[in-house]
Amino acid sequence: MKLKQKQALLDPLFNDNPIATQVLGICSALAVTTKLETSVVMSLAVIAVLTLSNLSISLIRNLIPPSIRIIVQLTIIASLVIVTDQLLQAFLFDISKQLSVFVGLIITNCIIMGRAEAFAMQNPPFESFLDGLGNGFGYSLILIVVGFFRELIGTGKLFGHQVLSVVTEGGWYQPNGLFVLSPGAFFLIGVFIWWLRSWKPELQED
Amino acid sequence: MQQHSNAYIIGFAAAVCLVCSIVVSSAAVALRPRQVANKELDRQKQVLTVAGLIETGQPLAAGEVQQLFDESIVARAIELATGAYDESVDPSTYDQRKATKDPAMSRPADPNNAGIRRLPNKAVVYQKVVDGEVEMLILPIEGAGLWSTLYGFIALAPDTSTIEGITFYEHGETPGLGGEVDNASWKALWPGREAFDASGQIAIEVIKGHAGPPAEDPYRVDGLSGATITGRGVSHLVRFWLSEDGFGPYLDQVRASEGGA
Repeated sequence: MKLKQKQALLDPLFNDNPIATQVLGICSALAVTTKLETSVVMSLAVIAVLTLSNLSISLIRNLIPPSIRIIVQLTIIASLVIVTDQLLQAFLFDISKQLSVFVGLIITNCIIMGRAEAFAMQNPPFESFLDGLGNGFGYSLILIVVGFFRELIGTGKLFGHQVLSVVTEGGWYQPNGLFVLSPGAFFLIGVFIWWLRSWKPELQED
Repeated sequence: MQQHSNAYIIGFAAAVCLVCSIVVSSAAVALRPRQVANKELDRQKQVLTVAGLIETGQPLAAGEVQQLFDESIVARAIELATGAYDESVDPSTYDQRKATKDPAMSRPADPNNAGIRRLPNKAVVYQKVVDGEVEMLILPIEGAGLWSTLYGFIALAPDTSTIEGITFYEHGETPGLGGEVDNASWKALWPGREAFDASGQIAIEVIKGHAGPPAEDPYRVDGLSGATITGRGVSHLVRFWLSEDGFGPYLDQVRASEGGA
């Protein structure tokens, strides 16, 4: 694999993580991460939409008239999101019920539009595909880490299975309700950004 | 950068729209039967759960759910205002939520504290039937919690007062707080309590704090800690649906036919 392709795939994990360093897609990261299961499904949905939108926009990038490029990108992204939502409703009904409007809101997820405009419009299809995959993984990484801690600390469960026996069921663990609410996700993302910037000081701005 | 003619731009936009709309509509059409089946299955599962026939979250194949449902549950449509059975409506295809939005099939609700704005003209009720005997009445309930509308079912014994179970299958309350309305151990507090007191007035309510066991404290249910407003919402919506505005007329009919038989 060429260096550029490798960069496109791996940079978004830590060096250029969409949530932690580009600070894109925060709102959905707060909303769907109360449980690990919804985080994972949301991650998969975003990866699918992001790679496919990057790929298809890159394929027709030389044909898109610059004056209407944004609306063309939006049309393609919106179609992919609707198809993903329909697939979830057909095959993962219970989870799609929990994700409710947030699958539809992938359309407005800044990561997808951002990558289409910043990367797919200038780069060939294969690199764009990898960039989509990489950014999707970068987004998923945060979602899953945040989802893991929120579900564990907030309810004592993982994937809906009781891991820590909670007080209400006669156990010892007092669940911390703060982590179930949105501020809990803010704190966790904050800690992640802090950790990332201490590990990679070059990310720090002056 | 390359210049494009207006004709090219319009043609390009039209082509993109055409391709996208074909993709979206074929996905929607192809997946529609599965989605409808999923919704129906989900409703049947909820009814079976509140009837105590299956456990929450118990993995069951679609065929098993269908079989259990057909064996022990009878769905019947009623005229909400009079409580009379209406055989002209097929309960398996009637969509009560859609009907509530359709002006021809619903009416505005009287002011109430359950957050109900419109009432459907017809509703579907379920009966758990064992060996030809009605063992349980299962009524759909809905109403406002803190953030969202809660949708669920309440199961009553044939005496129309003793609660056999309650479940909420759709809500957008805070997970861990109000979201605990779907917690099995909280739902287990309901069975055995009485919805109506000795004089026939609605008495059941969700209180703040702890209520006693059903035998000593039959009209009150523990609140959910950290979810006072959701608890109040549950109180209001249960009371609304058991009142004259909700299923009251139907429950009167059931009582009358029980007494007569």
